[in-house]
Amino acid sequence: MTTVANGVNVQALLDAREVLKGAPEAAQFVWRASSTWRNGVHSTTTVKEFFGLGQEQTHRNEAVFDADHPEVFAAEDNGITPIEYLLVGLAACLTAGVASVAQNRGIQLRSVEATLEGTHDIRGILGADSDVRNGFNDIKVTFNIDADASRQDIEALVAQSQKRSAVFDALTNPTNVTVEVA
Amino acid sequence: MANSWRRERWESFRLLTPNWQSRLPGLRYQGPDPDGYMTTAEITEFIERSAKLSGAPVRTGTDVTSVRRAGDGYRVTTSRGEIACRTLVVASGACNLPAVPRFAGAVPASVEQLTPFDYREPGRLPEGGVLVVGASATGVQLAAELRRSGRPVVLSVGEHVRLPRTYRGRDVLWWMDASGVWDQRYDQVDDLTRARRLPSPQLVGTPERATLDLNALTSMGVELVGRWADVRDGRALFSGGLRNVFSLADLKMERLLDTFDEWAGTRGRDDELAPPERFAPTRVPESARWQLDLSGGEIRTIVWATGFRPDYGWLEVPVVDEKGRLRHDGGVVDGPGLYALGLPVLRRRRSTFINGIEDDAREVIAHLAGYLAVRR
Ligand SMILES: Cc1cc2nc3c(=O)[nH]c(=O)nc-3n(C[C@H](O)[C@H](O)[C@H](O)COP(=O)(O)OP(=O)(O)OC[C@H]3O[C@@H](n4cnc5c(N)ncnc54)[C@H](O)[C@@H]3O)c2cc1C
Repeated sequence: MTTVANGVNVQALLDAREVLKGAPEAAQFVWRASSTWRNGVHSTTTVKEFFGLGQEQTHRNEAVFDADHPEVFAAEDNGITPIEYLLVGLAACLTAGVASVAQNRGIQLRSVEATLEGTHDIRGILGADSDVRNGFNDIKVTFNIDADASRQDIEALVAQSQKRSAVFDALTNPTNVTVEVA
Repeated sequence: MANSWRRERWESFRLLTPNWQSRLPGLRYQGPDPDGYMTTAEITEFIERSAKLSGAPVRTGTDVTSVRRAGDGYRVTTSRGEIACRTLVVASGACNLPAVPRFAGAVPASVEQLTPFDYREPGRLPEGGVLVVGASATGVQLAAELRRSGRPVVLSVGEHVRLPRTYRGRDVLWWMDASGVWDQRYDQVDDLTRARRLPSPQLVGTPERATLDLNALTSMGVELVGRWADVRDGRALFSGGLRNVFSLADLKMERLLDTFDEWAGTRGRDDELAPPERFAPTRVPESARWQLDLSGGEIRTIVWATGFRPDYGWLEVPVVDEKGRLRHDGGVVDGPGLYALGLPVLRRRRSTFINGIEDDAREVIAHLAGYLAVRR
């Protein structure tokens, strides 16, 4: 396993798993984001601080994300559409999972590419048809992976990464969402 | 005696392990059908025979209401008096209570809810559709039986263990036994917690030795939906991750069959076996529903085949973890003179099944005898 270098510190993750088994409080994280309306349907969202391991934590750098609608929606397209951020999150989460699982299983990766497609009937959000939902109908992720492993092992990597993915879970299972006015 | 088999199983129940595998210390199946599967009446009779053979005193119809530490041993309070003992073996089983998710409380009252302990046969259910929750041995067996009774059946599928009933002409559990998978020791298993929580395999014991995987159920007209995640506004919400639980189970089965083939090859047993086979991947429904209106009348009954849990309410010794499981190392409980038998992967994979008791009992009781010998 020492010869495999996917750049994931699996030992640290395994150690953390052992420590957190006996310390569930430290495992409680809170992820945060704050957004500001710019103009039209354009907004910027910043992410910097989060809570975890019993204390406040800070990302090395603040990240700023612009969201807008495309010109076909008669908007200025200052950034990607909010629902596209879900694809960004899913792609990143599954890819991280593939790398971690590969490292843990001693599989050297050479390249991992994923293509995502979310089909979306926008009559839902436009209120044009009450039988159509607002969100995605289906999301399809296609991985293209080059690694020192059989096709079966690669399929197992991808399956395991879904099994342990936060975003996959958040998209496939319901989550309570509370929206309030402060 | 044999209380769990008498009272806690449905009418058509048969063991999923073949007769020749039903072994108890000093007793093995000697009937005419070693490859068949016992009914509850047959298991009950088998256990009674074993009790007679062992000659150990059995106090039937006696509930243990509490076990407490007392002096250098334990005081056992029962519905028929007290017993003092130096050592104690907890053999109360792993499946005393059906495990039902919390959101069952949010199911509309118009829908009847049953656990495998309440379920007897399809005719006792109200007319109409049934939602079976859980696709392990119990769930697939009940879904098939309910579907055959003519009812519409929806089966909610989470992680599961897919197995063919027979492989290369032999019972798949013959392979588990012969190839040494079942002999894998608890201290050699990669992830013991996971191994102990592994759901039962999708197997049924029928004279036809038919495979009862999800493809078989789909062919019968059972509708598959994802793992039931929650209830909202009287609607059941199912996970959209159905494909991945299929992939995980298909891949796992293939890997297991690979290890069987490898074993047969290296042991030179290929000639006595049919050639290797591979099975079609689990068919993904065109579009699996991810919600179902429970007050719409489509579903009249829910059968919770979501597993079982032990009940240690009577064990007043601090040896149960926060998940309600006994803390033990291969049956040696972390309380002086306290032991356990009959739990999943107690000392080896075989421990999960009836025939695990032979080796487990010998080893655990050897430890117990050693404990007593030192403290005499
Ligand atoms: C639905 C189902 C199907 C199964 N199918 C198979 C199969 O096909 N093949 C196979 O090999 N294994 C099967 N098993 C597993 C098998 O049941 C166990 O391996 C086996 O029963 C273990 O035997 P046991 O005596 O340790 O526990 P149990 O059979 O669970 O017996 C425990 C006994 O202890 C009693 N008890 C519990 N608490 C108390 C108390 N406080 N006071 C007094 N008595 C108490 C219970 O009433 C019960 O009679 C199945 C299990 C289930 C739940």
